Amino acid sequence: MATSEAALPRNADGTRVVPHNVSPGLWTLAWRRLRADRVGMVSLAIVAAFLLMMALSAAGLIARDWSKEVGVNYAPPSFIGADEASGTPAAPAAAPEPAAPSTEWKTQIVDPLADVIAELKGAKPAAAPPPSGGTEGKSVDPLADVMADIRAGKGTTAAAPAEARRATLPFGGDKWGRDVIAKTIKGSETSIFVGIMSAIVAVALGTLFGAISGYYGGWVDDAFNWFYSVFNSIPYLLLILAVAAVLQQKGVVTIILILGLTGWTGVFRLIRAEYLKHKAREYVQAADAIGASNARRMFVHIFPNVSHVVLVQLSILAVGFIKAEVILSFLGFGVPVDVVSWGSMLNEAQNELILGKWWQLVAATVAMATLVTAFSLFTDALRDALDPKLKGLKGH
Amino acid sequence: MATDTKSAAGEPLVAVRDLRVSFRLGGDAIFEAVKGVSFDIPVHSTVALVGESGSGKSVTALSILGLLPPENSIVDARSRIEFGGRNLVGLPMRAMREMRGADISMIFQEPMTSLNPVFTVGFQLAEVLHLHRGLSPRAARKRAIELLDEVGIPEPRRRIDAFPSQMSGGQQQRVMIAMAIACEPKLLIADEPTTALDVTIQKQILDLIAALQRRHRMSVLFITHDLAVVGEIADHVVVMRNGEVREQGPAKQVFEAPRDDYTKALLQCRPELDHRPMRLPVIDDFMGGSGPQHTEERKRGVAPGDAVVLDVKGLGKSFFVREGVFGRREFKAAADVSFKLRRGRTLGLVGESGSGKTTVGLTLMRLHEATAGVALFEGRDILSMSDREFMAYKKRIQIIFQNPYASLNPRFTIGQILTEPMQIHGIGANVRERTDLVFELLGKVGLPDASFYKYPHEFSGGQRQRVAIARCLTLKPEVLICDESVSALDVSVQAQVLNLLQDLQDEFNLAYLFISHDLAVVKYISDEVMVMNEGRVVELADADTIYRHPRETYTQRLLSAIPKGWHAARAAA
Repeated sequence: MATSEAALPRNADGTRVVPHNVSPGLWTLAWRRLRADRVGMVSLAIVAAFLLMMALSAAGLIARDWSKEVGVNYAPPSFIGADEASGTPAAPAAAPEPAAPSTEWKTQIVDPLADVIAELKGAKPAAAPPPSGGTEGKSVDPLADVMADIRAGKGTTAAAPAEARRATLPFGGDKWGRDVIAKTIKGSETSIFVGIMSAIVAVALGTLFGAISGYYGGWVDDAFNWFYSVFNSIPYLLLILAVAAVLQQKGVVTIILILGLTGWTGVFRLIRAEYLKHKAREYVQAADAIGASNARRMFVHIFPNVSHVVLVQLSILAVGFIKAEVILSFLGFGVPVDVVSWGSMLNEAQNELILGKWWQLVAATVAMATLVTAFSLFTDALRDALDPKLKGLKGH
Repeated sequence: MATDTKSAAGEPLVAVRDLRVSFRLGGDAIFEAVKGVSFDIPVHSTVALVGESGSGKSVTALSILGLLPPENSIVDARSRIEFGGRNLVGLPMRAMREMRGADISMIFQEPMTSLNPVFTVGFQLAEVLHLHRGLSPRAARKRAIELLDEVGIPEPRRRIDAFPSQMSGGQQQRVMIAMAIACEPKLLIADEPTTALDVTIQKQILDLIAALQRRHRMSVLFITHDLAVVGEIADHVVVMRNGEVREQGPAKQVFEAPRDDYTKALLQCRPELDHRPMRLPVIDDFMGGSGPQHTEERKRGVAPGDAVVLDVKGLGKSFFVREGVFGRREFKAAADVSFKLRRGRTLGLVGESGSGKTTVGLTLMRLHEATAGVALFEGRDILSMSDREFMAYKKRIQIIFQNPYASLNPRFTIGQILTEPMQIHGIGANVRERTDLVFELLGKVGLPDASFYKYPHEFSGGQRQRVAIARCLTLKPEVLICDESVSALDVSVQAQVLNLLQDLQDEFNLAYLFISHDLAVVKYISDEVMVMNEGRVVELADADTIYRHPRETYTQRLLSAIPKGWHAARAAA
């Protein structure tokens, strides 16, 4: 502890030289602990990869052409091979796609469409399939008419009938022959965005209410508690349906609001308890004594001391809301049909399963399970890293 | 009582030989808590293990009981703790557990947390008797009543069914002692058993332990940071510092002719009642070899001409306890308290816990709202003015809290902690100016410049209290309320902080309201002393007057309970 020199050396302009070994703050220490946690770091890498994928997709760098019907309807995954039973494949059988080797589609996870698009571009002039390929498919597909309508409606992106449609896709295609991998990537955009945004809304509300309620106490606390109790006594799903009904229209913003407005209660109770505990601490009294205002005491003094709780809550809720979005969309209360999300993919998959087309279900489920598991493990690691009890080891 | 056949005359009950204990701190870091400690606990005698925080005294005691946390503690295999010829180091858990309670038992500092709050004291006592003695429930209950009677619990027949929360702190500690002696142990380890208690209670507990030691012919290992406490009861004293024994020997020798510099320092750092040097000696004075400086007597007392800064009249604070559905009961924490604070003078405020002394301090700072009375600051009542008006006075009255571990925001650097008050009150034109002021203050309270960039947890208790003092000084206050500000500190650190407070008063002419339960400290620092009991002022007079000629019986009782240390106690005997 004893420093050799009491006074710090000065710079030329008279300011003190900041020592280079400035003490690490809470976050630095937490990061150091997190870095030592192998499971935590692996899960963080996975979560980060998903976030990157989502960001790239949102920026239009990958999976931009997700709605293009690049394959035949219900194109099976490449590793299974073209579906013989469903009749003649749309593309000429003479031109088997070279996209089969498994090593190749692994690399495609990064940008799964690049190869396909490249091939497509290369193949287009060579073998323009006759429109009959489409009509042949129609005879099998009971929904062909509907599909045609939809395709017409999506004029901008819908593949021209003149374009080549492949018999297989790396991980199969959906009802309209859209690549499942591209769709999963596009779907992550909605699912992760909704999950994280609604977690932010819920945590922000919960923290604000909890801080006010716990800090002021008295009738303010009573009022918030009353509100909380009423809110909490309504079955969760009913509440969601009620809010959904009030908000009328479906959409990403709506579902964020629904989840955010209904999900703050847990955070509220935790943060309220933290504030109750902290407001009686001497450092808060000391802040009062030096003249810090209520708002300053609440947010400048107490908040940094409870921020680790907030962060962990954010992480837990994000996981929960990613799942919640999937469930809501699956039930049809979620995002509208034309927005792809993992939930809407699962919703489509329930009909496809009857036909034995399992790949869309698997793609969405694997993506979601991986993310949620990694996120949960990361949350655990985060909580361990931030736990102030571990911080107690004093420097000797 | 079983006669101790194993220990012949001269053979000690416990022999600790070259005890080494270290702790794993996470990673590869190892902290050596005890570095080769050896001492004896003779049969039928009291050994005091004295040391400040971090000296390794508690770790030593816990290793005798085998109570060190197994996951991160390492006891060196060559260490030996012999108890009746048996080495306790490396003894299997089961054997150790049989010894605990039956042969060795322990009482802890906090009786409140050592007793289980959901069981009656009778149940907890009977449990010990049942486990170790195999007594039937009936016999155990009968014996429990006897034990409670022996440790001085009034009406033991009725109180046996009381829950710990229904007893006072002193009574809880008595119950703990009853549990500890229930099985007639040969060794009783008392770890700071009186530190959490008021002086009057402390005296009773010390007397009780001494009496029980004689009656049951036990040995007692008494662990404390305060030499004055053990002066009256110890036969042997072991002084520890940083995991090493500095000095040990018969109490007479250690107290009258200490050989070690550290022991000398410990004996003299604590303010004495009968004289008052200009500056208290600190450890460095002895360890550096220069000896205490400025030992001349300091004049205390107030003169009629001293300017009054704060004039408090009839201050009252009541709390309302809800009773039933609509009713509420008034609890008067402080009532009709009047005093004057004078520039450059200190008013000491003493009282036992619950006397309302802290309430007075917090009410003056408006951290509690006063229910009666006025406090005139330059003729204006600061208790009734609006919050906005009070802001201007807030920087002129400041408070230093008791616990330096709790009063600094753990998420702020020292720089942020010290700059904030100036920022709020607009002191200093810009960040640069404020920063310069902070560095100046750091120097003034004796902290290195690099502290600016550190967090509170990197400092010791004394250093943190310096930061808290510096925080008050940023506002250049005229009145400083010190609420038990040195009570949580080690004796030697206490002396340093008291010297610092005195220096600052001399330099800035501050008026202090010094609140403490420690009468020796109050006597040292105060010009006037006010004694409070149950929310009311008992007596208010010049410091010397009140200590030499206390008028009220309560004051007399309080003064007689102060641990006298070796000299006074043996002189009287």
